[in-house]
Amino acid sequence: MDVVVSQIFTGLSIGSILLLAAIGLALTFGQMGVINMAHGEFIMAGGYTAFVVQGLFENAGVGLLLSIPVAFLVGGLLGVILEMTLLRRMYHRPLDTLLVTYGVSLILQQLAKTIFGTQGKSVETPTWLQGPIELFGFDFPKTRVFVLVLAVVTVVGLSMLLKATSLGRRIRATVQNRQLAECSGISTRSTDRLTFFVGSGLAGIAGVALTQLAPVNASVGQAYIINAFLVVVVGGIGQIKGAVIAAFVLGIGQAALEKIYDASLARILIFVAIVLFLQLRPQGIFNVRTRSLA
Amino acid sequence: MGLLGVAGVLALTACGSKVNAAADGGPSSSSSSAAASSGAAKESCVDTSGDSVKIGFLNSLSGTMAISEKTVQESLTMAADEINAAGGVLGKQLEVIKEDGASEPATFAEKADKLIQSDCVAAVFGGWTSSSRKAMLPVFEGNDALLYYPVQYEGLESSKNIFYTGATTNQQILPALDYLKEQGVTSLFLVGSDYVFPQTANKEIKAWAAENGMEIKGEEYVPLASGADFSTIITKVKDSGAGAVFNTLNGDANVSFFKEYKNVGLSADTMPVVSVSIAEEEVAGVGVENLVGQLTAWNYYQTLDTPANQKFVADFKAKYGEDRVTSDPMEAAYTSLYLWKNTVEKANSFAVADIQANADGVSFEAPEGLVTINGDNHHIAKTALIGKVAEDGLIYTEWESPAPIEPDPYLSTYPWAEGLS
Amino acid sequence: MKFLTSSRFSAFVPFLLAAVVLFVLAPGILSDFRLNLLARYLCFAIVAVGIGLAWGSGGMLTLGQGVFFGLGAYAMGLHMKLDDAGPGRAPDYMPPTTDWLPGWIEMFRSGPITIAAIVLLPAAVALVLGLATFKRKVRGAYFAILSQALAAAFALLIIVLGSQSGNYTNGTNGLSNFRSFFGYDLNDPVNQRMLFYLAAGFLLVMVFIARQLRNSRYGELLRACQSSEERVRFLGYDPANVKVVAYVIAAAMAGIGGALFVPIVGIITPMDVGVAPSIAMLIGVAIGGRGTLWGPVIGAVGVAWAQSTLSEQFPAFWTYVQGALFIVVIAFLPGGLASLGSVIRNARGWWDDKRGRPAEPPVAVTDDLKTDVGSRV
Repeated sequence: MDVVVSQIFTGLSIGSILLLAAIGLALTFGQMGVINMAHGEFIMAGGYTAFVVQGLFENAGVGLLLSIPVAFLVGGLLGVILEMTLLRRMYHRPLDTLLVTYGVSLILQQLAKTIFGTQGKSVETPTWLQGPIELFGFDFPKTRVFVLVLAVVTVVGLSMLLKATSLGRRIRATVQNRQLAECSGISTRSTDRLTFFVGSGLAGIAGVALTQLAPVNASVGQAYIINAFLVVVVGGIGQIKGAVIAAFVLGIGQAALEKIYDASLARILIFVAIVLFLQLRPQGIFNVRTRSLA
Repeated sequence: MGLLGVAGVLALTACGSKVNAAADGGPSSSSSSAAASSGAAKESCVDTSGDSVKIGFLNSLSGTMAISEKTVQESLTMAADEINAAGGVLGKQLEVIKEDGASEPATFAEKADKLIQSDCVAAVFGGWTSSSRKAMLPVFEGNDALLYYPVQYEGLESSKNIFYTGATTNQQILPALDYLKEQGVTSLFLVGSDYVFPQTANKEIKAWAAENGMEIKGEEYVPLASGADFSTIITKVKDSGAGAVFNTLNGDANVSFFKEYKNVGLSADTMPVVSVSIAEEEVAGVGVENLVGQLTAWNYYQTLDTPANQKFVADFKAKYGEDRVTSDPMEAAYTSLYLWKNTVEKANSFAVADIQANADGVSFEAPEGLVTINGDNHHIAKTALIGKVAEDGLIYTEWESPAPIEPDPYLSTYPWAEGLS
Repeated sequence: MKFLTSSRFSAFVPFLLAAVVLFVLAPGILSDFRLNLLARYLCFAIVAVGIGLAWGSGGMLTLGQGVFFGLGAYAMGLHMKLDDAGPGRAPDYMPPTTDWLPGWIEMFRSGPITIAAIVLLPAAVALVLGLATFKRKVRGAYFAILSQALAAAFALLIIVLGSQSGNYTNGTNGLSNFRSFFGYDLNDPVNQRMLFYLAAGFLLVMVFIARQLRNSRYGELLRACQSSEERVRFLGYDPANVKVVAYVIAAAMAGIGGALFVPIVGIITPMDVGVAPSIAMLIGVAIGGRGTLWGPVIGAVGVAWAQSTLSEQFPAFWTYVQGALFIVVIAFLPGGLASLGSVIRNARGWWDDKRGRPAEPPVAVTDDLKTDVGSRV
């Protein structure tokens, strides 16, 4: 029983990290069709933001909490710059956005190495996040609970934004029917830009969360980007709930396989499972109905 | 047209020499036979007629290993500058050619080839990972050139074209195990990165443990790529109740490991961790607060109280900054250049064959203490040091071997190690 | 030899030119070391020919060519290690106590089986993945992400096979320290030169195959799939089959490039087959002109040469260059350098684009785009 509970928790924890990394992609890739390989580097930027912001404050906890909105802004601004300079002219070539943003990701990684050095930067864990916490009679690391809570809050916040605000309505309208949205007076241009801002900003938040589990270094984005894309692919395009389910299923699956085999083999088996799954459901768990033939 | 070309090639290929060693004899366990078996080893193009001689530094300046290997190149550069200021080697100034291994074994092989064949250097200094060394080995043997390799490694290798100035297993890992046993530890958990050094090291540790009544509670590997998740592994470590953890993790994985280790409530008092890849340079990266009280096994610490070390540390800080630290691989690299110099001067020649013939017994008063080359296996005798990480981020010696330990890369003097090599 | 006298002779002028450069000029002026480097670049050029076919003509973004490259390379590497070890013996990197090898390792002892495997293994993997994705009409973007994930999984698999229950692939250290190539001593400079000719010969053959395919009815169909899969389907063809064929051929070419890479470079490691090297294989193709026959070859050799040369001067600088190349070429010059002329002529179009009016894309709009846009309509 102990093992099952601790493995489920580990799975939820891995899933929450995947979810944070992928939730922004669910917007930019899932809804706009842009394959942004630099999303991983926006995560990295969020991590470095936490490192820098924390350095400005005496209290590690204040610095960490404050770095969450700042990282959102940093990630979002990077995203908007990318959208305005390059992606804007490439919406009709989704596959090429992958290669262009890969180039951007290479440059951002090298820039990070030049600015922060090649050695990973450790972001301090505030005292109130150190050590384990007892829940239901089990000990769980507080940092992982923190990441899990952050992931849940982020997803709930994003759903509220999409459901209840005018920006959310514009985003959904644009995704569902671009022409009609334009006809109804929605500026799809600025909606695209805002969607990209939010999606990239979420990567920044993911970066802050990661600093509590691992150091932030130039290759941190590389470590998560492919898995994050797989989450969106499995989850299905166009819906946040697909990504949520996919992230936690993959996380729990990964944890279980790691327990039985080892970490490397677990990753390979997960990949095989995903390919098989796409045989059953090529469009992912959920899919917004479209009128396209494919 | 193209088909014609291929046909022509196949006909032409008959000109090259065939390997006969494979036909008449089995493979030798040592890889050093490769060059010997070739009748057509390339001629050396090293030019020693002028008043300078070229040497090559081959370290990763980009990619994942750059963080560690840059420091090695810095201490090598310092040694070269010192030697040049003191009049050079055999009266010739050293002309250093630096290449980037880019953390990729194939690039190491390419650049080694370039340094030897195109730049005509007298010797190459560098390499860090086992894979980079394994990649360069055939290049140095094929060209009959010299590599000085400055990092502790898993042993079970000895090439006449490589000098190993870092520790082999019996100078680092075995003393650490003996120390743990002496401290009353009766069970171990092995954690390592998923590559050759940890796997080979753990094989040796398990053989040692079987002989010494140490129980191995578990053995776990994590992928080298960053982003590995440690929660499952740490749970296994914690649940095992082992007396100590033997850690062969590489790079940033250590940070995730130690953070997680602390978060589940483990500490150096309850379950100490012995690390063989964490030196002063890495302590800051992992975070001193995560490491205080943990053990390391090396042959050099910045805190060593020898005159040679005080000078080494002071010079390094003067050259590269007061906040910098010195570590075992940096010291081994620094030492390697001096050992090469001393061998060349003893042989009175830069030629590879003369250096190989005269290497035995060449010594140097290194920052770690007196080191001596073993001419048979090209390793050096070193003193083993078990250290403890302190609040100031430096490592202080807890225990040291009574005398320099003779290198035994194949563990041939240990009966329990039979069948490993 | 009939074609030599035909009017199509002019089509073979580039082949003649390439043959002269590769077989006469290069060996004449380059040192052994530089010739060996060029041979290494030619291996990547062979991969590039395949990418040109699948990506340039077929519109499939093949981000996992490192896998096929690796399959060919590891097949060849295992054969050479087994050959060096001698009959009935295990390769030197395995534990000396190894007295039994599984059949899938043992089969590489045979030269003919190895040569067949170099082509068939990558082709088989490509066939399975290709059918699995194209038949199920998985989106182009999904295919790109899956092939990238495949590259990551493959590199891990090589490492796992090098550590679990027997050291079959030598893990991260990879296969190296080869002595002979089908019996020929690799330390002999003459044999190294022969390997260069071999790579050059294979490259010309691959380009020739690509040319024949492009000029055939199949080539028309492949390009049709790129511009509109739906129309191809309505015409009664199955676009999945058309695409799978190109993907399989590209995979086989990558396997051949990988197999030649091993004796020429002397090492193959998981780092040469993962995600980053797989994407790096694309940039040369993009620069040279993905839709052209010779563009990928010239681009691949040029990029590999630039990387070797620039990284000698400024190590960290190369990453910036590589990143900038991806951005500039893909975003602003999607037809590669081959399209530079027409792009300059269309410069006004770009200006219009800046003013807010969309310009015509310089390459054909892919079907992916249509389905992806379609899903938003």
